[in-house]
Amino acid sequence: MIAIIDYGAGNIFSVRNALNYLGIENQLTEDISVIEKADKLILPGVGAFPSAMRMLGKKNLIPVIQEQAKKKPLLGICLGMQMLMTKSYEFEPCDGLNFISGTVEKIPAENLIIPHMGWNKLEIQHECALLANLPEEAYVYFVHSYMANCTEEKNLSAWVEYGGKVPAFVTDGKYVFGAQFHPEKSGSVGLQILRNFAELN
Amino acid sequence: MLAKRIIPCLDVRDGKVVKGVNFEGIREVGDPVECAEEYNRQGADEIVFYDITASYEKRGVMLDVVRETAKKVFVPLTVGGGIKTVDDIRETLRAGADKVSVNSQAVQNPELIRQGADIFGSQCICVGIDAKKTSSGDWTVFINGGRVDMQINLLDWVKEVEQLGAGEICLNSIDTDGVKQGFDLPMLKAVVNAVNIPVIASGGAGKLSDFAEVFTETNCSAALAASLFHFKELTVQEVKTDCRKKKIIVRT
Repeated sequence: MIAIIDYGAGNIFSVRNALNYLGIENQLTEDISVIEKADKLILPGVGAFPSAMRMLGKKNLIPVIQEQAKKKPLLGICLGMQMLMTKSYEFEPCDGLNFISGTVEKIPAENLIIPHMGWNKLEIQHECALLANLPEEAYVYFVHSYMANCTEEKNLSAWVEYGGKVPAFVTDGKYVFGAQFHPEKSGSVGLQILRNFAELN
Repeated sequence: MLAKRIIPCLDVRDGKVVKGVNFEGIREVGDPVECAEEYNRQGADEIVFYDITASYEKRGVMLDVVRETAKKVFVPLTVGGGIKTVDDIRETLRAGADKVSVNSQAVQNPELIRQGADIFGSQCICVGIDAKKTSSGDWTVFINGGRVDMQINLLDWVKEVEQLGAGEICLNSIDTDGVKQGFDLPMLKAVVNAVNIPVIASGGAGKLSDFAEVFTETNCSAALAASLFHFKELTVQEVKTDCRKKKIIVRT
């Protein structure tokens, strides 16, 4: 069972709809015992970094997630991916979950439309089990104004071109994965990524 | 590179798909969930439901449509029409919409844009605008389905909308809507130059090359059409193939 962590931020129903459509058992929860029992975790999120971290904190979920992701797969989506990083500078400096070394900063807006909204093509630079079995041109759906810069290049599995390299998919190389895009809104490519996550051992 | 988006719009009344010509003489019918699934198969990058339900009592039907579609179609869904309050926005997003589109209500109550963006994020607030050329050569904003001229300058309004926190603008030209002679390129160019948020071109698509033309001639982010796709004159796929031939980046 995949636990979708429900801490009050964002459109969690679409993640749930996608998993249901794929026939993958899942549960929306903020309950620590359910999170501990789950095989895998998804950390969704839409909105601002500091308020999302505060909401996680208020529900005492930060140490639980940090502990659980040492022994089971965790997928952060959009803001949930940015929360995997060390620190964010959205509105104010704010500590993240610190699974992956790096910072969250505004997309450099030189002549760019912000937010980065729409479908962009994944450029895979390190193979990753979650990015397996995708078509050669894999477009996925983004909506964001901030981006997660990894300190170490090895953590960046895929990026997209938007006025430079924008990090699209990150991993700690073990159990932690993060998608800046929305797999649950990325058509068949996104569904394949969610299927890959469900099939991880 | 970000792909240019092709967006079919479903005009829905009392839970059924219809499409009006110049907002008048509404034609018939279809199941919106099935239509959305078909557009998804054709490669639509996003699907817009525009609710033209007249009575408040039947508004719940639209939310059911969104709820059912969101279980089967995994591309962004936008819902417009009749959204008046922050509670309406919340209800619509909870039903499974990714964005709401506000139009007349935003003109009458611009705070709705600010409140919506503050609470739910700019990314889910799209501002729909109906505009028409004036005799002096600029454009003014209309409300109530193009019936009432608010005498507000279009370029002033789009800048205000951006300031208030809108994440996107869907710009419909009353002059070209339903006429099928192509998008309103001068109006689109002016608006794209005035703001730094994505602009969706709407109103006027009549043939295949109109889509490639709007992307070549203006820097709009997406193109929307309703009747053309609804009456199967063109498929989303055909539009994308034509765009690709002309070196426009679209999602495969």
